[in-house]
Amino acid sequence: MAERPKKTFLYLNRKAPYGTIYALESLEVVLIGAAFEQDVSLAFLDDGVFQIVEGQDASALGMKNFSKTYRALGDFEVRKLYVERESLAERGLSEADLMPIMWEDEDEDYAEKPSIRLVDRSEMTRLIGAADVVLSF
Amino acid sequence: MSTLHTVNKSPFERGSMASAFAHAVEGDAVLMIEDGVLGARKTGAFSPTITGRSGAVSIYALGPDLAARGVKAEDVADGVTIVGYDGFVDLAATHDRVCAWL
Amino acid sequence: MKFAVVVNEGPYTHQASDSALQFVKAALDKGHEIFRVFFYHDGVNNGTRLTVPPQDDRNLQRAWSEIALTRNVDLVVCIAAAQRRGILDANEAKRQGKDADNIAPGFRISGLGQLIEAGIEADRVVVFGD
Repeated sequence: MAERPKKTFLYLNRKAPYGTIYALESLEVVLIGAAFEQDVSLAFLDDGVFQIVEGQDASALGMKNFSKTYRALGDFEVRKLYVERESLAERGLSEADLMPIMWEDEDEDYAEKPSIRLVDRSEMTRLIGAADVVLSF
Repeated sequence: MSTLHTVNKSPFERGSMASAFAHAVEGDAVLMIEDGVLGARKTGAFSPTITGRSGAVSIYALGPDLAARGVKAEDVADGVTIVGYDGFVDLAATHDRVCAWL
Repeated sequence: MKFAVVVNEGPYTHQASDSALQFVKAALDKGHEIFRVFFYHDGVNNGTRLTVPPQDDRNLQRAWSEIALTRNVDLVVCIAAAQRRGILDANEAKRQGKDADNIAPGFRISGLGQLIEAGIEADRVVVFGD
């Protein structure tokens, strides 16, 4: 099969974790999708920003705390996690409330670099408009 | 390069409609489907938002969903074009991507 | 044009499956190709043949099965989501040691890679959900 240009996949995460399964099953798509070597970005906006807040403890729910999996995304070459500034602010959150999610740059002696990129709403809008495929969860 | 945004939530129940409009740019289209069509009522509180954006953004509502919910064509806000499922398909085909605001 | 459709909700509770079905029919009637319909989250529940809706209601599973069989549309149920929710084909039932399977005609169970492949192969992806 001939080599084809990569497509830009944008995963649009707008729902909080635990109340519904969308966040968890979205993450499962991202992990599987990583093997396809496309250009992958994750967008966190609206209540989706709660998916990556620090200090989640689901133990009393009897549910799995899957938030640690976001930290492993770098190992799957998923390095672009865009978080909308306005969505954080509306919810009384700031970047300091988010988990540190890093990836290792093998070209720079495995230096750890942040995967989270705070963007304002206009930049988020531009990202949506630049995607080939938007998968909404 | 333009986007078709689909919204299936009433703006009176959730923020999806407001988010969709906040992320729609000139040349984009917003299509209200399912409970989303409830935002299209002319006398409803969301209609000023629609009227305000209808110059830059093309706004559509799915006719079968309006009819099912008892919203008549004459009740729909100015600036909203009513389409059927075939129109939905055309909109999806003529824009570069479809972004669902669930 | 080549469309891929994603259905994230089961039948009856939410309109998503109905909307997707109407969209698929309209697209086919216009001469477009449906590369695949991918059922994810509770959407996998569209693929059980054991539903018995009232006589005067629509039968969504049968409607999807007809689309698959008469118009040659690929209906894929996500295996991970299906296992969580008890949707099994004969192979999976055997593999998991279950005493029955319930996948409906025209549906097949496969991996999430089928969703990514649909995104790569199709010109447009349209998502229906809640």
